[in-house]
Amino acid sequence: MKIQQRHSERHVLTITVDNEAGILAKIAGLFTARGYNIDSLTVADISENHALSRITIVTNGPPQVIDQIEAQLERLVPVHRVVDLTQAGPHVERELALVKVSGKGDNRVEALRLADVFRAKVVDTTTSSFIFELTGDPTKIDSFVALMRELGLVEVGRTGIVGMMRGAEGA
Amino acid sequence: MPEERSGAAILVESLVRQGVEFVFGYPGGAVLPIYDELFSDQRIRHILVRHEAGAAHAAEGYARSTGKPGVVLVTSGPGATNAITGIADAFMDSIPLVVVTGQVATNLIGTDAFQEADTVGLTRHCTKHNYLVKDPAELAATIDEAFEIATTGRPGPVVVDIPKNVQVATATMSDAAPQRPKRYTPRMVAAPDEIAEAIEMIAKAERPLFYTGGGVINSGPRATALLRELQALTGAPVTSTLMGLGAFAADHPDWLGMLGMHGTYEANLAMNQCDVMVNIGARFDDRVTGRLDAFSPGSSKIHIDIDRSSINKVIPVDLGIVGDCATVLEQLIAAWGNRKSRDLGEWKARIAGWRARDSLAYPKLKDGIMPQLAVQRLFALTREHDPIITTEVGQHQMWAAQYFGFDKPNKWLTSGGLGTMGYGMPAAIGAQLGNPDTLVIDIAGEASIQMNIQEMGTASQFRLPIKVFILNNEYMGMVRQWQELTYESRYSNSYSDSLPDFVKMAEAYGWKGIRIEHEADLDAGIKAMIAHDGPVMVDCRVSKDANCFPMIPSGAAHTEMLLYGDMVAGTMDDEAKALV
Repeated sequence: MKIQQRHSERHVLTITVDNEAGILAKIAGLFTARGYNIDSLTVADISENHALSRITIVTNGPPQVIDQIEAQLERLVPVHRVVDLTQAGPHVERELALVKVSGKGDNRVEALRLADVFRAKVVDTTTSSFIFELTGDPTKIDSFVALMRELGLVEVGRTGIVGMMRGAEGA
Repeated sequence: MPEERSGAAILVESLVRQGVEFVFGYPGGAVLPIYDELFSDQRIRHILVRHEAGAAHAAEGYARSTGKPGVVLVTSGPGATNAITGIADAFMDSIPLVVVTGQVATNLIGTDAFQEADTVGLTRHCTKHNYLVKDPAELAATIDEAFEIATTGRPGPVVVDIPKNVQVATATMSDAAPQRPKRYTPRMVAAPDEIAEAIEMIAKAERPLFYTGGGVINSGPRATALLRELQALTGAPVTSTLMGLGAFAADHPDWLGMLGMHGTYEANLAMNQCDVMVNIGARFDDRVTGRLDAFSPGSSKIHIDIDRSSINKVIPVDLGIVGDCATVLEQLIAAWGNRKSRDLGEWKARIAGWRARDSLAYPKLKDGIMPQLAVQRLFALTREHDPIITTEVGQHQMWAAQYFGFDKPNKWLTSGGLGTMGYGMPAAIGAQLGNPDTLVIDIAGEASIQMNIQEMGTASQFRLPIKVFILNNEYMGMVRQWQELTYESRYSNSYSDSLPDFVKMAEAYGWKGIRIEHEADLDAGIKAMIAHDGPVMVDCRVSKDANCFPMIPSGAAHTEMLLYGDMVAGTMDDEAKALV
């Protein structure tokens, strides 16, 4: 007998939650317990009085599973709102990365030149290294990291994405 | 006047304000301050169980039979972990519980202190919500919200974990209801266009079918009355899940019996052949659907459920309606108005044809008692008492569901979703406390009953006249049945060896013990059980190899039912073996 795999699609969900102890464990645990995937997860306090946090989760699964994920998240008492940005329409996705590259000579010059093309900022430098700060959608960061790999990539840190609907309306 | 009180006192006062009559619990180090508060408080009766699992199941039995939330109080560490099976059971069957657990003092949390367990972490996925209360000033509002969450929307268990120093520390408690933001607002009412569409579908149906579940029971007795009203208006035949038994009268001509794995032939074939299925408060459980790609292939489906995540989870439906069963049924009845029901004569004639197969027929024994007969006689002889029936889990549970006729809600308490052996006796204890004048019977198996046998002491202590009717076939019968069907009758560990003498055990606990060995003694034994004013354990020796039919084997469709007399010994392919 073979275990069957099903076709998946990528979705970006934003979840507004009460900023209370254990909420992240509840949400992450729900994904584990029900066998859903998390590709990336970001969370931060978004309200003046620290009452609410916004969580952005990138997940993948068949459409029926994505619908279930939303419904299951909405069952949690501290969850106020779940928006599937992918479903909802045009939206912006941004991620921040720190990319450390070391090298000398041509490689170092080329790294700096490419950083300029990608509008990455140098946030730390020594005579033999740079840390670049880069924001953009995840594919842009992927491409930059791939290029740096040839030029002496040391390490990469990425935040995971945050997302928001385009236009004047709030989600 | 706002008063300065200890956390323990605030807790007890909050429980009283919620109208709590009984707390099912067991003391221990981390709840001693609460137990000291209970000592001098006459307003709440504490029911001392013998094991914390018993406390949770007793609270479930109380909740299911009364419609009120059950309250549990246990200590930290093993107290909490022992209660978890009952909490998970309540979560699966949507039973309102508030479970208060003691915790080590806040400064000790995380240090692997004595009897420390991460209760909030452990219960995260088997509760509707849970709390760790770190300040006595938050306790009143937390308890207030815990009861609201447990009892509204889709009911479920809520755990409130209270560290010992929070029980001792003081805070002011106001006489007024606690102030807190209202953040839980389940959707109760359906949108008018959904109701209109549903009515349109039902009115046009040539072969309609109502498939009802525990949601109708959980929604309260009004939902039961409204279901019967809507059925009378539309004439649709009705089947129900295990959880929903009692919502529709079992002696009604349009009642098809339970559906699913051990459902009747007519119920399952009607599911397969209907053209409009109205699911009211059920959740397309795998025990009901059988093979998914062959499940009711030709029907349009309406699904009414208070939990949006139940809709389209397993079976995609044509119309999902999120709302409370009673409210939505009322909306449907109003929208139906003066319509005339369609002539369903042809559909009912087909159903009558399936019914004529008499799928619950079983062979008579020359010597010995068929368990089905024992349940039928139990039903016949207790009917006038309008009893509450609890069960354990296994063959006896299915026989009880098949052969005991229910016509009222809250009379049938069984562990459906989680399938917890050991549920029945503590549930009977809780039900008896909530319904002191009602005959409460746990229909049990000799294996299941041993899982919480210690609760006999609880029934003795509180003088609860519960009856435990054991269908003793010396096997974990359902396991044995599956081993016959799937593993060529290799009975791996399914024989109930070294059984106690149940009659002597009953007497040891101060109960009455009755043994029934011959069919001729069956009625007299049951009558003696009913007549005894106190707890009774009946050891009813039944056929050792009787099986539970009809049966849809795992991985099969509704049309592939096995009836009594069909060949059942054999094996299965791996796909079927992998199903639960």
